[in-house]
Amino acid sequence: MTAAVEFSNVTRHFGAVRAVDGVDFTIAEGSFFAMLGPSGSGKTTCLRLISGFEKPTGGRIRIFGEDVSEVPPHLRNVNTVFQDYALFPHMNVADNVAYGLMVKGMARAKRMRRAEEMLALVKLDGYGGRKPAQLSGGQRQRVALARALVNEPRVLLLDEPLGALDLKLREAMQDELKALQQRLGITFVFVTHDQHEALSMADQLAVFNEGQIAQIGTPEDIYARPATRFVADFVGSSNVLPPEVTHALGGPLAWASLRPEAMHLHTSEGARLMGEVNSLRYLGGATRVSLRLMAAEGGAEVSVLVPAGQTLPLVGSTVGLGFDQTALHVMERA
Amino acid sequence: MSATLATRGLGDKLTGLFWRKPNLLLMLLLMPPLIWLGLVYLGSLAALLVQSFYSIDEFSGVVVPEFTLRTYGELFRAQNMDIILRTLMMSASVTIGCAVLAFPIAYFAARYARGPWKAAFYLGVMLPLWSSYLVKIYAWKLILAKEGIIGWAAGATGTTPILEAVLSIPGIGGNSLSTSFLGTWMVFVYVWLPYMILPMQASLERVPQSMLEASADLGASRAQTFRTVVLPLALPGVIAGSIFTFSLTMGDYIIPQIVGTSARFIGLAVYQLQGTAGNIPLAAAFAVVPIVIMVIYLMLAKRAGAFDAL
Repeated sequence: MTAAVEFSNVTRHFGAVRAVDGVDFTIAEGSFFAMLGPSGSGKTTCLRLISGFEKPTGGRIRIFGEDVSEVPPHLRNVNTVFQDYALFPHMNVADNVAYGLMVKGMARAKRMRRAEEMLALVKLDGYGGRKPAQLSGGQRQRVALARALVNEPRVLLLDEPLGALDLKLREAMQDELKALQQRLGITFVFVTHDQHEALSMADQLAVFNEGQIAQIGTPEDIYARPATRFVADFVGSSNVLPPEVTHALGGPLAWASLRPEAMHLHTSEGARLMGEVNSLRYLGGATRVSLRLMAAEGGAEVSVLVPAGQTLPLVGSTVGLGFDQTALHVMERA
Repeated sequence: MSATLATRGLGDKLTGLFWRKPNLLLMLLLMPPLIWLGLVYLGSLAALLVQSFYSIDEFSGVVVPEFTLRTYGELFRAQNMDIILRTLMMSASVTIGCAVLAFPIAYFAARYARGPWKAAFYLGVMLPLWSSYLVKIYAWKLILAKEGIIGWAAGATGTTPILEAVLSIPGIGGNSLSTSFLGTWMVFVYVWLPYMILPMQASLERVPQSMLEASADLGASRAQTFRTVVLPLALPGVIAGSIFTFSLTMGDYIIPQIVGTSARFIGLAVYQLQGTAGNIPLAAAFAVVPIVIMVIYLMLAKRAGAFDAL
């Protein structure tokens, strides 16, 4: 498989701030690649390095094998869906979509036909004559998508494109984006700070923290086997266990992660592991129970996910804890 | 146990009244400016319009308060048409000159200037407005005079022939810069430039960076982005600025008196007609000309789509 995008030891410093600090990754052609991380972790800067709006301070970026250090944004065969959509307010929807063809000098009739095709692709046929201001947020999002796809890019970059949409619409768009990517077969690079979005959509996932990649892998890898404490905590709010607690639970003397859904509560009698209930948080489908482990186990805080319908403990009571031994994941890097 | 509420004072009662009737407060706030605009401003404009439909008795020089279009007809006499066309050409060329000079300054201020540079920009643009208009014009008269700094600099650098060549252009040239249309134009451009820069800068500032990036991302070169995105989005600001420079030039009667040939402009004509000549109706008719021109200009701008980005 060809590499669509390749970063080798790329850095981008803004003064003393290391926004991107020695990043290496390869994005396979035709894959859905997500860059996940909190704000300021360097994921958006990485995206802008691919589109060419930022220049690397060091390292090398290749797009389909070509070193793009000397290539300005308008000559790169990548297109971007911007976070704020950046639709041109003085042009109607069709002119917005056809913009990329217009600057290439395609005749008006021909590019209008192409624009209409692209609008049909994002299910906005017949909206060509409207102004962006007359559209809803979700529709603007689709126009931005159609506009970015009209140049037939080999890589499509999406900068938190669903951030401004409400939950229901966001989920619908996630499915549509995924389906669109599979249909077109082009590489999607998707930046998000929403771990659910990243896990549900990506083939490959890079978790960013402080300008570096904390872990890169499939969503299953990252969720079940986080490499660092940061990844365990950021992706799915896992319980991060200090070495002595891991040891007490029958693991080695090392940091480990344990998913809240891999644990269950039972009565305290004869339990190997006990904790005192600190607080309950109702989540709808389940309730997150926060416990303080008893002193013998090092006194760490853990959360347990109790599915709806099961009896909940009282705050302040002592409960026994059981867990799936195979779910205890020892982290190689802490 | 029941708590006692403090008795409401007049302030609280008023607050309550305004809270229940929000339009009342709005009306109270709007009343003074509306009275000012409606009565004083629009009223005097209406009085002016009415005057322009009167005529003057040629023998006695008394204003005849009867409706007639004769005074407007007088505007079409060759000497008066000359004044109107001269003013129109000057206003248009001053506006174009201001727009060309202002754009790079406004663009820099809106897109690149940050922190102290931005403050320096505002100061630099506003500073000339702090000094007296007359002082500036007389200063320019000295700068442009034959023995002024421009003539001196031309002599010192051996570029006097270039200056002579420019001054020998028929129509805009003259004996020296301070007695030519070119000089008048330069002073006009200088004096009205801030009124073009500020609205331009405001409209450029509202163009988000991501829109320029989107354009580049879709394959547009810098020149294409400028033509298809920046300029159309900045156009309302350019139009706003041009309304200032255009109408200020059309109405000014001091600059052409001090710098330039002694040829008359509309402002000067109005000044002389209502003063020494005592022909109020013709002065009023002259004063209506800039209003009509501005209305036509705005209609054309609207038709050309200048306000689509608003």
